[in-house]
Amino acid sequence: MARPCAVVGIGQTDYRRQLDVTLDGLVRWAALEALEDAGMTFADIDAIVIGKAPDALEAVMMPELSLADALGAVGKPIHRVHTAGSVGASTAITGATLVESGRYERVLVVCYEKQSEGNATWALSGGRSGGQGAGGTFAPWIRSYISRSGAPEHIGWKIAVKDRLNALKNPHAHLRIDDISIEKVKESPMLWDPLHFLESCPSSDGAAAVVLASEDVARRSPGPPAWVVAHAKRTEFSSFPGRDTVRPLAGVDCAEALYAKAGVTDPLRQIDCAELYVPFSWYEPMWLEGHLITPEGEGWKLTDAGETELSGGFPVNPSGGVLSSNPIGASGLIRCLEAANQVRGTAGDYQVDGARVALGHAYGGAAQYFAMWIVSSDLNPDFR
Amino acid sequence: MTPAPREVAVVATSQTSSYRRFDDSEPKLIMRCVNDVLGHTRLDRNDVQFTIAGSCDYLSGMPFAFVMNIDGVGAWPPVYESHVEMDGAWALSEAWLRLQLGDIDVALVIGSGKSSPGRPREVFALQTDPYVMAPLGMDPVSLAGIQARALLDAGKASERDFAEVVARSRRDAQHNPHAQVARDSTVDELLGAPYFSAPLRTHDLPPISDGAAAVIIAAGDRARDLSDNPAWIRGIDHRIESHHPGLRDLTRSVSSELAAGQVGLADAPVDVAELMVNYSPEELILRNALGLGDGTTVNPSGGPLAGHPVMATGLIRVIEVADRIRAGLASRGVAHASSGPCLQQNLVCLMDGGG
Repeated sequence: MARPCAVVGIGQTDYRRQLDVTLDGLVRWAALEALEDAGMTFADIDAIVIGKAPDALEAVMMPELSLADALGAVGKPIHRVHTAGSVGASTAITGATLVESGRYERVLVVCYEKQSEGNATWALSGGRSGGQGAGGTFAPWIRSYISRSGAPEHIGWKIAVKDRLNALKNPHAHLRIDDISIEKVKESPMLWDPLHFLESCPSSDGAAAVVLASEDVARRSPGPPAWVVAHAKRTEFSSFPGRDTVRPLAGVDCAEALYAKAGVTDPLRQIDCAELYVPFSWYEPMWLEGHLITPEGEGWKLTDAGETELSGGFPVNPSGGVLSSNPIGASGLIRCLEAANQVRGTAGDYQVDGARVALGHAYGGAAQYFAMWIVSSDLNPDFR
Repeated sequence: MTPAPREVAVVATSQTSSYRRFDDSEPKLIMRCVNDVLGHTRLDRNDVQFTIAGSCDYLSGMPFAFVMNIDGVGAWPPVYESHVEMDGAWALSEAWLRLQLGDIDVALVIGSGKSSPGRPREVFALQTDPYVMAPLGMDPVSLAGIQARALLDAGKASERDFAEVVARSRRDAQHNPHAQVARDSTVDELLGAPYFSAPLRTHDLPPISDGAAAVIIAAGDRARDLSDNPAWIRGIDHRIESHHPGLRDLTRSVSSELAAGQVGLADAPVDVAELMVNYSPEELILRNALGLGDGTTVNPSGGPLAGHPVMATGLIRVIEVADRIRAGLASRGVAHASSGPCLQQNLVCLMDGGG
């Protein structure tokens, strides 16, 4: 039967362009930091799970093969997950499953992307030239959200500023825009109406890693564990008549399953902060609503009231989020491990005071793949 | 001490034929298998609690190609599912682990691939290390040739041994309705063929294939409800070796040995083994690694030399063993899958008919 699982080690590279680091070097950088944090070496690891977005981004097919040596995987199981943009969170969930299954005590999860090796917009357009890219896919749905909710246009700008201000506190963040401001965001070039350049995620390089462990191992680990209280995944078709692309049912179902498993009945009050996958500014209110954190039509009001800022009542993306660093395949794992950082009290300058329960989330494809987990400083958090 | 695994069994299987070129889409191949496998159990799509698929974007040359495959599975209302960029055998391994958690009982596992649109020899060269190997153009056939040469140089096999593997596989494939290459060829005829990539001849290579496969696995009593003759999975393990051929003894498969040890393969005899023999010399290496003797029938389906729908090939090995156990033709069997150049990564799945 399912055993408890905890995050006991976290590692992250710098997310700026890494032209002088190989893919092997990149994954090893994150892995070694996570192992050091966990008080372990590669020899302690029972299994490795890696995740990344399409192999075509770096033109390396099935990279678990060529990275096996760098990840200390020789003689061990190594497993490779690919679920589009949600892959980082999916990979974390697969890693947790390995521990929960009772078959493995210590699992190393590593995700990465090296966007400087290729052309992500080409790949995100399905590899066909002249594609619309991710922003082109999402912009009409964002416009639909705006018209449906009546949100004012400054909401997107405000999120773009908030996440970049948070990023200034995160030493790993790719974008560091010291003079970020509403004016600067709205004056940046319009890419996909209503998304300006500064409302979009960057093309980043980087790897992220966590060590996941059984309860026995976690209790003996040097740092505080972040217990994986619940995880959930849901998928729906990319396109069909009547699909609600603003509020996909898979996202609603996923959140419902997650909260039910965790025992959460009032996410806004019972969860202390969230790392949501927000590659374009407007996805913050869209996921606040789409994942039942606020009622429909109310998400933007939470943002507008400053509640999602680091000092607010429900901080969203205290690390700076995908808007500040987007090594695509790693971005979901970064959300999950930043949630763990918050409940372990290891988030440094972007620590949310007193965070005990945090949500890590990612989505992918045509907003059709969802993967989420809730971590807590308590093995069995009391939500009363 | 690892607790004993929860009992999980293969309760239904389906595979398409191995096609040299399937002119419709990969989701179509998948849908055919999914409909078929559900029909065998009288399960509805909504009864499946977890779905996991293995496929490869690079085969179709299109990033996110796997996203379309979900159209062949069904995802409305939304489903709980995942995807590995690995052979379906690894998807099975994750599904088996997922069922160990105890909260769900039924999972659907899929493997699919269409190699025909591309040039596999060029595509699979991209599996090699991008810094020191890929620039050399180290394609999989050349790497398999190096491994074959290592066997010959070590005196562990002869070219006649390779030909005997091919002759037997093609002969056995004549009884496999899904096979793509099935014919009687004598060893001497085969040895008379010219080299393709010495010491390999064309017939030592797998065909280029399109195809898909699916299985339903279920836990405990749910498995007994769904099938009168489930094939119980007694263990799945997979291991990898160094990526650099120069750091390995290419005449052995150390990772297969490790995986076999983990599942307790040697604890009792196995009647049948389905091995992912992509190149004929690999069978000799794998037989040794898994300790298979004369009492074990190897690749009665003809194996990958008779049909190689990449990303389904490994899962089909599981199906072939499970089908034989379920038909009462074998009581204990082992399925093997591999990934990477020169058998770099290997998976072993041990099954029996229970009792």
